[in-house]
Amino acid sequence: MPIDAVVNIVVSGLLTGLIYGLMALGLSVIYGVVRIVNFAHGELMAVAMYATVFAFAMTGLDPLWMLVPMALAFFGIGYVLQRGLINPFIDRPEHSQFILLLAVALVVVNLLLVAFGPDARSVQVDYALDSYEIGPLLVDKVRLICAAVALVACAILFAIFRYTSFGKAIRACADNLLGAQVVGLNVGHLYALTFGLGTACVGVAGTLLSMLVDVTPGLGPAYTLLAFVIVIIGGLGSMVGALAGGVLIGVSESVAGLLITPSAKSMFSFALLILVLAFRPQGLFRAR
Amino acid sequence: MTGFTRRDFNRAAAAAGAATLAAPAIVRAQSKKLKVGVLLPRSGALAFIGQSCQRGADISPVLLREMYGVDVELMNADIESNVDVARSRAEKLVDEGAHVLMGAFDSGPTAAIAQVAEQRKVPLVVNIAAAPQITEQGYKYTFRNFPTAGQLITNGLALTRDLFQATGRAPRSAVFMHVNDTFGTSMAKGIGAILPKLDYLPFKVVDTIAYDRDARDLSVEVAKAKSTNADFILLVSRLNDAILLVRELVKQRWSPQAILSPGSPGMYEAQFYKALGNRYSDYCISNVPWYNPNAAITKRVEAQFNKQFPQEKLMFHALNVGFTFEAMMIAADAFKRAGAADGAQLADALRKTSIAEHMMIGGPIQFDAKGQNAQIASACIQNRDGQPKVVLPASAAQAKPVFPVPGWQERKA
Repeated sequence: MPIDAVVNIVVSGLLTGLIYGLMALGLSVIYGVVRIVNFAHGELMAVAMYATVFAFAMTGLDPLWMLVPMALAFFGIGYVLQRGLINPFIDRPEHSQFILLLAVALVVVNLLLVAFGPDARSVQVDYALDSYEIGPLLVDKVRLICAAVALVACAILFAIFRYTSFGKAIRACADNLLGAQVVGLNVGHLYALTFGLGTACVGVAGTLLSMLVDVTPGLGPAYTLLAFVIVIIGGLGSMVGALAGGVLIGVSESVAGLLITPSAKSMFSFALLILVLAFRPQGLFRAR
Repeated sequence: MTGFTRRDFNRAAAAAGAATLAAPAIVRAQSKKLKVGVLLPRSGALAFIGQSCQRGADISPVLLREMYGVDVELMNADIESNVDVARSRAEKLVDEGAHVLMGAFDSGPTAAIAQVAEQRKVPLVVNIAAAPQITEQGYKYTFRNFPTAGQLITNGLALTRDLFQATGRAPRSAVFMHVNDTFGTSMAKGIGAILPKLDYLPFKVVDTIAYDRDARDLSVEVAKAKSTNADFILLVSRLNDAILLVRELVKQRWSPQAILSPGSPGMYEAQFYKALGNRYSDYCISNVPWYNPNAAITKRVEAQFNKQFPQEKLMFHALNVGFTFEAMMIAADAFKRAGAADGAQLADALRKTSIAEHMMIGGPIQFDAKGQNAQIASACIQNRDGQPKVVLPASAAQAKPVFPVPGWQERKA
């Protein structure tokens, strides 16, 4: 196997992994603060992908211009979803929360089926098939742009949590819920903001992925599973872990496809998951 | 006392129960209308092709009434590209009174439906499915009017030799890429067994790359194939993966001498042209069973197709519609000859099928002892100007074959 082919494959896996990381980051943030596992995570991303495909078909606008409106719209969806539907379940047993979000996932998949049918749909921008040649390296233009945007989105999210007052308040809720309540923080509002931020990540990731992957309603459950694998490997509740887990899965799947057989790529992700669960069940990174 | 004892009541209840259980069989035997359970993957990974096949079923009631004077009722079921769903839908259709089952495009689900057909003694006419085991199990109720993987490969590779001869080229190497579902695996096994014995082909397979049918990204697979530096790609695909593969080839700037399928779907489907445009869909080669555009039945089918689907063109659905319509025609022909809808009588009539005039290229439709029609031929189809065109055999050619094909960058935008 020529070395340039290996490098190309690793770079491709790295770039894809960054987008996976952004998607998983939303799940990790929500769990880290609200302590609810969003089992409709991939399905919400499928909604974002369909919204992008639909908007592209209607307006012809480059999906990169849709990123900010999509993030805002999904922030709103997440906020309302948490306030209206999930909040009453916050203090209920985990299996009730699981059933609720599983029901949301099923409803979303079937609504997408009714609205768009089962056919695969895609966004084909003018530069969809372009690539950059850097020495022996051939980098897919769309993948590179999407990975860069994913990195920027992650940086913005980190900055929000670190430097804004409501970000600090959200972290306070995550660190010490009782203390946060005692000092008078509006926990319900902060939970909804967190859910909104997590869903905004999904909105951005979905918009980016729609440029790389054909979307079908069945894609949602597959991405929910992938997001789980990533956050469990990276560490549930850890933002750095989600990003690192995404990159690890992206690269390891690519390398496994190269060294073993491409049809066994996802087997490698699950093998990694088993190893982490067996030897480091808290994940590679500590929740923060 | 009325004289009606508890024992009398039990006897009456038992008789009523037996009559209820036997009712579908009685109705089945006496029916004047043929109820066909149409099982196709109209959603899921194979949705586009399943819906394409469905059009062949949808046009058949009108045509079969004209041709055979037979009333056909379609009982449609979506198998969702899933083996377990296919099995349960087949059971349900039989429970609801289907006289014949027809389907199911995909080998895995078709094998499951064939088991149901055998257990319930309701004939299955296979429209499209190539896995050899479907007609190798000794089933008495399964009839397939589609080549097995072995026949597809033998025909496809013979056409590959003809292609090289016609263009005066002799490529030395190929990388074999295939989808890893039941069909793809059967084809891979067949190619592994047949290709080494064919000394008339100049090329060797330098690597075999299997990939998931539901793959969302083929960048690794294409990078691996590219690193072999093979002259051309021998491809066994479905539809979505064929589109992904071409996109990835363009991105990775690899222009093999050809992408050639020895008998799989994907590259002649309407969605392939739509998704890739002429620039990237053109020149792909598929050696597959094809329709005879000059046959009288084809003209009738095309007229009905245009009437029911004015937005579509038959040529983009030719294989799917052709074989699905023929499966319906075979069932109607057997029903007319049997004069009954009983499963055993229908199966007997199906065994004696002999239809000389039909739509797809090949000899008369007849079934051997295994229920297999062994007389289906293939044609070499090359995409040209956004359309599938027959380039071989020369007697039926609509254009001259092009090999090696122009590189991606050399094509007009």
